[in-house]
Amino acid sequence: MEPSASAAAPCVYQDPSLLPDLTVLQNLILTATPISSFRRYLADLGLGGFDLSTMPRELARPTLSLLDLARALAIEPQLLLLDEITASLPADLTSRVFSVARQLRTEGRSVIFISHRLAEVSALCDRATVLRDGKTVGVVEPAQGGEERIVKLMLGPVAEEVAAEAASPSTPATGAVAVEVRDLKAGTLNGVSFTLRFGEVLGVAALEGQGEKELFDCMAGVRRPESGQILVGGKARSFGHPADAIRAGLVLIPADRLQALLRQRSVRENIALPFVNRIARWGPINPRREKRRVATAVKRLQIDTRVTSEVRRLSGGNQQKVGIARWLAGGFKTLLCFDPTRGIDIGTKRQIYGLVKELAANGSAVLLFTSELPEIQVACNRVIVLFGGELVDEMPASDADERALLRAAHGLPSEEGE
Amino acid sequence: MATAAAAAPRTSGIRFGRAARRYGWTIAVYSLFAVLMVVTLIIKPDYGAFEWNTLTLAALPLAFAATAQTIVVLSGGIDLSVGPLMALANVLALRAMLGHDLGYSLIVALIVLLEVTLAGALNGAIIVLTRVPDIVITLATSFIWAGLALLVLAKPTPGVPFDFQNLAQGSTLSAWIPNALLLLLVIPLVWIPLRRSRAGLAIYAVGSDRNAAFRSGVNLGLSRVLAYAVGGFFAACGGLALSMTTGVGSPLAGTYYTLSGVSAIVLGGVSLAGGRGGMLGPVAAAYILSLIPAVLIYLGIDPNYGQMIQGVLIVIVVMIGGLGVVLRRA
Repeated sequence: MEPSASAAAPCVYQDPSLLPDLTVLQNLILTATPISSFRRYLADLGLGGFDLSTMPRELARPTLSLLDLARALAIEPQLLLLDEITASLPADLTSRVFSVARQLRTEGRSVIFISHRLAEVSALCDRATVLRDGKTVGVVEPAQGGEERIVKLMLGPVAEEVAAEAASPSTPATGAVAVEVRDLKAGTLNGVSFTLRFGEVLGVAALEGQGEKELFDCMAGVRRPESGQILVGGKARSFGHPADAIRAGLVLIPADRLQALLRQRSVRENIALPFVNRIARWGPINPRREKRRVATAVKRLQIDTRVTSEVRRLSGGNQQKVGIARWLAGGFKTLLCFDPTRGIDIGTKRQIYGLVKELAANGSAVLLFTSELPEIQVACNRVIVLFGGELVDEMPASDADERALLRAAHGLPSEEGE
Repeated sequence: MATAAAAAPRTSGIRFGRAARRYGWTIAVYSLFAVLMVVTLIIKPDYGAFEWNTLTLAALPLAFAATAQTIVVLSGGIDLSVGPLMALANVLALRAMLGHDLGYSLIVALIVLLEVTLAGALNGAIIVLTRVPDIVITLATSFIWAGLALLVLAKPTPGVPFDFQNLAQGSTLSAWIPNALLLLLVIPLVWIPLRRSRAGLAIYAVGSDRNAAFRSGVNLGLSRVLAYAVGGFFAACGGLALSMTTGVGSPLAGTYYTLSGVSAIVLGGVSLAGGRGGMLGPVAAAYILSLIPAVLIYLGIDPNYGQMIQGVLIVIVVMIGGLGVVLRRA
């Protein structure tokens, strides 16, 4: 019954496992972690002089991940398990984690590193085991150009087709203007203007915390901008509530799927929810009509489930598909995707991008933020780059390779020298 | 840790702000009690040691009921059987003590504490083993404990030995420090060592985030059973307090204390979602809730309005607390 914390192989997960309502020090006492050793590793991770009487509730996620890692390291394990730890870390902190992992390797200790970011796997790992549907499908040495093989193994024969289609390069769109944002200010976001056209996928590239969250929240009606305008179809709109944005045709696909889904209710009810108040108003729900529309959406998205099952029993990828399916069924004009593929396997990921592009091709407008820069080129027609709350660059997808985006996302290339 | 923290680029102002935020609710509850006391003194200028003694007697069982509920709620649960557990302790004590001297009564009290602690542990064990929600199990067991209390003693019966009553009713040290106030020391005597131990941290951990607690190596089942057992212990203290303060064994006396205990912990700043809060707040809240009916009597108002005032007070206080959270975010 005793979980892994007491064993010789501690595991650091994507969701930090520090208790939010105990101080960091109390957390360490709870797990009987040697404090001095913890402090030393914390300093290695760039958090020297950290105040142990802080409550994890008050800390940002990346910091929590580093604390979690330092706690695991402090018991000097022979084997360390890192389960998607980099998913919530910005690039600079990821490199610190890597240097610690390499340090362990030179000391003759082992690290098992679980990630869906291939670039990280090839940068860090000596050997990679590829799992698909719970089975080992291959062992690869990523250093020697194994990245392509990993992708192939992960996709499997069926998904490969979709992937190939999704990876095809896109051309700039020339449709009518769907949404125009003028000098929008909110929190970190400091005066951003751009236009989003029907028929295009517009990428938003940014490191974490550059105002991208505020931008999406304002456009989806989750928060009110401090100043600036959002024009939908040429008319200035003010969203006081997500319902206003939805009525104007702007719908949000959040990174945390469960934020938007009712996880204890069925897939069908989840998909039907947003348009219930449109079709039936306050009258009774017409079950046959509901069923038909839901079935169409489920089929189109290849959601791997029976529609009556509870959403919480689905995999993350399938949950995200339900999140998109509900808007397909409800009808929309503009899709706001905020990191929709966070923590999703590569097969489903490509399916989602394929779907997003198909929607755009059929005349919708899509605004897409992803924390994984290489994916922007795969999915988008055009990219805007946010840095420090301002729009610093705009480029067509053909120029937006990872290097170019990283440079732009760090501000001026000469300053950072990335 | 203060010296180590000094290395961090933080000013003492932030540290002070954080302390105020963390303990703000407790400070506010004590301030509210102080204000109420001042109001009482204005209304009733001849307020004296006797009235103060009466208040401590009225608050003693409620303070224990609140403590019992606090520890269970901190572990992420709820115990609807606190009142009946108090009644059970109360009647068991009366049956065994009737006609005996102080020494014998104290031994009885220890045995009753043990028995009702086990009953609390049983609550926890059933919840952990059956995985039925705690609110359902403790609702069910509340009827069981209440029925058991009626079997032990069918109707209210006086006869708690006077020496035993005097443990709470007298004022050994000074007229302004009644024994009923000193008996509250049982709470820190049990709570502080527990709070400082890994077991106590584990109780907070389970209530704070069960998943993270599991990953931290906490034995979830055992921690929850422990919380219910300690809850049972404090419920037993509450039952014995009823014996001391009323001198009567009554199978129905406890019923009032289940929900009043919940009121006290909400007022005392314990999050019903678990993991947040302490013991100082609920005890002060028990005093506030006991003072209100007394004030109404001094004012010549029907003390039954006290229940309504209690309800209004809870809504207002929790609303102001929520307002504080909103303002901090803005």
